[in-house]
Amino acid sequence: MPTIQTIDINAWYGTKQALKNISLEIEEHSITAFIGPSGCGKSTFIRIFNRMNDYIEGFKMEGQVLIDRQDINAKEVRVEELRQRVGIVFQKPNPFPKSIFENVAYGLRIQGINDKKVLSEVVEKSLMRAALWDEVKDDLNHPALSLSGGQQQRLCIARTLAVEPKIILMDEPASALDPISTSKIEDLATELKENYTIIIVTHNMQQAARISDKTAFFYMGEMIEYDKTTDLFTNPRHERTENYITGRFG
Amino acid sequence: MVRIKEKVIEGLLMTAGMITILTTLGIIWILFSESYGFFKEVHIVDFLSDTQWTPLFAQKHYGILPLLSGTLLVTFIAIMVALPLGIIIAIYLSEYAPANFRNKVKPSLEILAAVPTVVYGFFALTVVTPFLQNFIPGLSTFNALSAGMVMGIMIIPMISSLSEDALTAVPKSLREASYGMGATRFQTAIKVTVPAASSGILVSVILAIGRAIGETMIVTIAAGQQPVFTFDIRQSVETITAYIVQVSLGDVQHGSLEYQTIYAAGITLFLFTFLLNNISYFIKKKYQEKYE
Ligand SMILES: Nc1ncnc2c1ncn2[C@@H]1O[C@H](COP(=O)(O)OP(=O)(O)OP(=O)(O)O)[C@@H](O)[C@H]1O
Ligand SMILES: [Mg+2]
Repeated sequence: MPTIQTIDINAWYGTKQALKNISLEIEEHSITAFIGPSGCGKSTFIRIFNRMNDYIEGFKMEGQVLIDRQDINAKEVRVEELRQRVGIVFQKPNPFPKSIFENVAYGLRIQGINDKKVLSEVVEKSLMRAALWDEVKDDLNHPALSLSGGQQQRLCIARTLAVEPKIILMDEPASALDPISTSKIEDLATELKENYTIIIVTHNMQQAARISDKTAFFYMGEMIEYDKTTDLFTNPRHERTENYITGRFG
Repeated sequence: MVRIKEKVIEGLLMTAGMITILTTLGIIWILFSESYGFFKEVHIVDFLSDTQWTPLFAQKHYGILPLLSGTLLVTFIAIMVALPLGIIIAIYLSEYAPANFRNKVKPSLEILAAVPTVVYGFFALTVVTPFLQNFIPGLSTFNALSAGMVMGIMIIPMISSLSEDALTAVPKSLREASYGMGATRFQTAIKVTVPAASSGILVSVILAIGRAIGETMIVTIAAGQQPVFTFDIRQSVETITAYIVQVSLGDVQHGSLEYQTIYAAGITLFLFTFLLNNISYFIKKKYQEKYE
């Protein structure tokens, strides 16, 4: 039973088509990687799952996105509630200019939860799950911007985890990070898979191969190939995919 | 040939710059030297603590407090009007309005600041005051309330425009982080964007206060010319600027102590706006560093 299903997604920025007829299904508790050359529509597509494109002027979309069989673009769906179920981590760490604690507590605060004890528990749990707790447990009141880039990104992951989403979207979460931080994020994604469904955009082939169960290759707004990661990397069915993953891309 | 032309242009620009600086210095020099004459006659302690200002009467008192209270009272009312409205407009424009709407509304708002102040003054006196008199018993024909409210409307675009710039400068990634966690636009504005832009908003408010303190026409027309030390918004008050107008237009003899009072009043005004400008400059510099 797939958690996520898209049916014939087409999307435009103004008159420029960014996504063409994309249909795919994603299983629960799996990691799915989106790969493809720059500008092929990976970010546009991943942001469709929690409607982050809604506020982009001129953006238009057709097709259906079903999450747990529910059409997330249906009128009765509150987009705020959807985004609590489908969290997102961006390419560049973007902590709020607040304390570490307040960053992680943010999602609960906007739900009206201000009980200090509840917040403390959730902050601790989320930081633990994001593998950041040991590094910051004595500095929770320090500004988040005083952390290193890698720590900031794990903080952003903790912040996302704090609202207990079921699905986590990651748009190149490690591309701005050093190798050690990158491998921490990768380990983290693998661990989180137990409880969450993860979609990750990456430019790093090894990363996709290391952590994902399935991989989708995009090219100029189309999904060229979508398969088990091992199959796609060892035995691509399309020449374009092969060229891309072997780095022979022109 | 080209080099000579460059030199001439450079010289002209330089002269233009020098003229402004010299004018400013000249004004400051006159302010200080003339008020020096004043403070030789009137002790600074009396000036700052006497609650009566009656230089034009037989029984002379030279306490700046009534003029100061008049100025601050009207300014306070103006800010009470302009601050909430200006910030709400700024939030609406930066967080809600589509770009093409924003690009139309912003210049039209700025027209408010381009209306001649004498028109505002007249409007306060002949429209706002009679209207408010329907609800507020005891509101005099000349009063602090109408002048302050209308002045507030005039300075709305100062606050809304600069605050909107500050809000728009907040990186989009912060808004997306907030939306991505399920925050509404309003929550995002209140909890993320406004705090992140707070220094810029503060600068806009300080500049607006400076503008309100220095505003002359509206208060001269609508607030009256009675220097009373009061914080009753229904009463007629006199601001520093209005007093300076009154004396400048009157038949007070040049060079007399009565005449020098306007320099003492002027220097008080100058110190206030100078201070406010410096504070805003200081905040602006700090805030620029934060984003770079
Ligand atoms: N806000 C926008 N307005 C207009 N066009 C956009 C916008 N965002 C993306 N596009 C266009 O849509 C296409 C797909 O962009 P998208 O960001 O989804 O690509 P991507 O695969 O994520 O690229 P990258 O790997 O560089 O992040 C590109 O051609 C891009 O120029
Ligand atoms: Mg992208």
